[in-house]
Amino acid sequence: MKRVLSGNKAVAYGVMLSRVQVISAYPITPQTTIVEELSRFCAEGEMEAKFIKVESEHSAMASIIASSVTGSRSFTATSSHGLALMHEMLHWAAGARLPIVLANVNRAMGPGWNIWTDQGDSLSQRDTGWIQLYCEDNQEVLDTIIQAFKIAETVYLPVMVVLDAFFLSHTSEVIEIPHREEVDHFLPPFEPQYRLNPKEPRSYYGMCSPDYYMEFRYKMQRAMEETVEVARVVDEEFGRQFGRTHSLLEPYRCEDAEVVMVTSGTVTSTSRVVIERLREDGVKVGLLKVKMFRPFPKEEIKGVLQGVEKVGVIDRNISFGHGGIFAQEIRSTFCNEDERPTVFGFIMGLGGRDVTPEAIEEAIHYTLDNHRPKEEILWIDLKR
Amino acid sequence: MKIHIPKEEHMGPGHLACAGCGSPLGLRLALKALGEETVIVIPASCMSIIVGPFPYSAIGVPIVHVAFETAACSASGIRASLDMQGDRKTTVVAWAGDGGTFDIGIQALSGAAERNDDFIYICSDNEAYMNTGIQRSSATPYLAWTTTTPVGNPKERPKKDMMAIMADHGIPYAAAACVAYPEDFIGKLKKAKGIKGTRFIHLLTPCPAGWRIASNESIKVARLAVETKVFPLYEIEGGEVHTITYQPKGTPVEAYLSQQGRFRHLTKEEVATIQENVDRRWDRLVKRCEGRAN
Repeated sequence: MKRVLSGNKAVAYGVMLSRVQVISAYPITPQTTIVEELSRFCAEGEMEAKFIKVESEHSAMASIIASSVTGSRSFTATSSHGLALMHEMLHWAAGARLPIVLANVNRAMGPGWNIWTDQGDSLSQRDTGWIQLYCEDNQEVLDTIIQAFKIAETVYLPVMVVLDAFFLSHTSEVIEIPHREEVDHFLPPFEPQYRLNPKEPRSYYGMCSPDYYMEFRYKMQRAMEETVEVARVVDEEFGRQFGRTHSLLEPYRCEDAEVVMVTSGTVTSTSRVVIERLREDGVKVGLLKVKMFRPFPKEEIKGVLQGVEKVGVIDRNISFGHGGIFAQEIRSTFCNEDERPTVFGFIMGLGGRDVTPEAIEEAIHYTLDNHRPKEEILWIDLKR
Repeated sequence: MKIHIPKEEHMGPGHLACAGCGSPLGLRLALKALGEETVIVIPASCMSIIVGPFPYSAIGVPIVHVAFETAACSASGIRASLDMQGDRKTTVVAWAGDGGTFDIGIQALSGAAERNDDFIYICSDNEAYMNTGIQRSSATPYLAWTTTTPVGNPKERPKKDMMAIMADHGIPYAAAACVAYPEDFIGKLKKAKGIKGTRFIHLLTPCPAGWRIASNESIKVARLAVETKVFPLYEIEGGEVHTITYQPKGTPVEAYLSQQGRFRHLTKEEVATIQENVDRRWDRLVKRCEGRAN
């Protein structure tokens, strides 16, 4: 069935089709319509779920950690300051090895108050042990929510599905809504190995001494390492069932490219248009969309970028004192390789500033025209 | 009324509490009252140590350890999840300290109480952050010594009235109990178990290390807290109906304060002020029990 849906409604449909059993959430712009739509689904009986209307995002994450350990498929959605408030519990969810799915609408952190898109909120949660998947369009958002539960319930790590504020959250597109029966076939009910149950008394998450703690963290890392392959298989299976896939990495016109631009989120769509135009003019430029940020699919990225002379990375985020975060990840991926691309790190579109085709073209030309970046951080469209 | 204390045990002797601690006694009695179809949520507190480290447990029912400020909302999540699985029989209990209840956990607790989420919340109140080594909380009594309210820089504010705060959410049941009165405590838990919605038990649990008392005196001192009317035993139903469940002797507060090192520095005048405060609050409670507004 085709419907015109905003990114936020696509999230809600994904959650409904995944037969989530417990939702707990707190409203924040621009996530709010997810919460509203899910409330409606629960009220009108389209979803059979408990919706806990908590008093904060911190309690939202804490309560679904509890519902998940008790064996119910659990979901929350947030954005920006809400995600930051959850920070402590994000560590807890991952350390507790719970297959929770969270939709985060990428929004800038204050001050000053800014409700527009920026990856600073989710990337600040890099080291919490969450899988992070960045979406480009609303179809990908809906499909990724469903895939996220399957990935999470395979590797026992939580998944954050990320979508850009307004460009996706509040922009409507025609998308295909999968049939419920087909989703049921793809995503069977959640059957955890252990669940809180008076018939099998166990103690969960008690004091963990130096004798054990490190091994638990080692296992989390191993699970992260397995996730790249698990996510690839899940996407393949999704493709067989629904006739479309959403790769962890999506190279576009990278064959013979002298320069490859690396993007994530909706900047990808704009970049694709720019690159198509430049290719018509004979410019040898390609694009690599990175969907999976954690785990960072290093080997797969090497497979695309090894041998490329220059790589331009567009970051809608900044790690103060160092630079764009995707650029750092790309650099570190190659640091031990004999043959490695020169990485140009561009910062664009912070706090929702429009990333225009002209801005992307400027970044591409800079990368083409310079042997090396003249500055470690290349700011585009900055008023100096 | 004589209440039978169940013989069955759901707590083993191998827990890690200090000698004379009131908390494990409270949990042991609570599990006797509530039975094996119970799950316990424990936020950061003395109890997170007492029940044993990974991979051990001193308790015969499932435990989920949760972050400090999340006892109530975690209980909400477990309840919702059990409901979705068709389990209406299991009782969900949150067991938090005074820090986790009066201070850092009050937001989540207030949220859950306003929603009237269905669980029993037990605040094991030893009147300071004892697990971190005796720092004041908002449950610490007026003028009591702690490491962050040393003599010379006293706590000049009274203990927060958590019972009134909880009752004013309109929850179906709130009760103050003390481990030195096991029949009263068990009676309240059994009553709470039969009620749906948020049920709050404020349980006074003596702490020998923090109160500066001998470990074999803790029950005696806890009993004095009740007999002096410092900690009355009562319940509030539906946020309105107040009932005193044990009539105290009205022993002078000096008998209670003088037993404890944490009050050793008090002057006669300060003891007199505390007596006045206790009398005033007791009168207020009596009026509320009589249905007279105050």
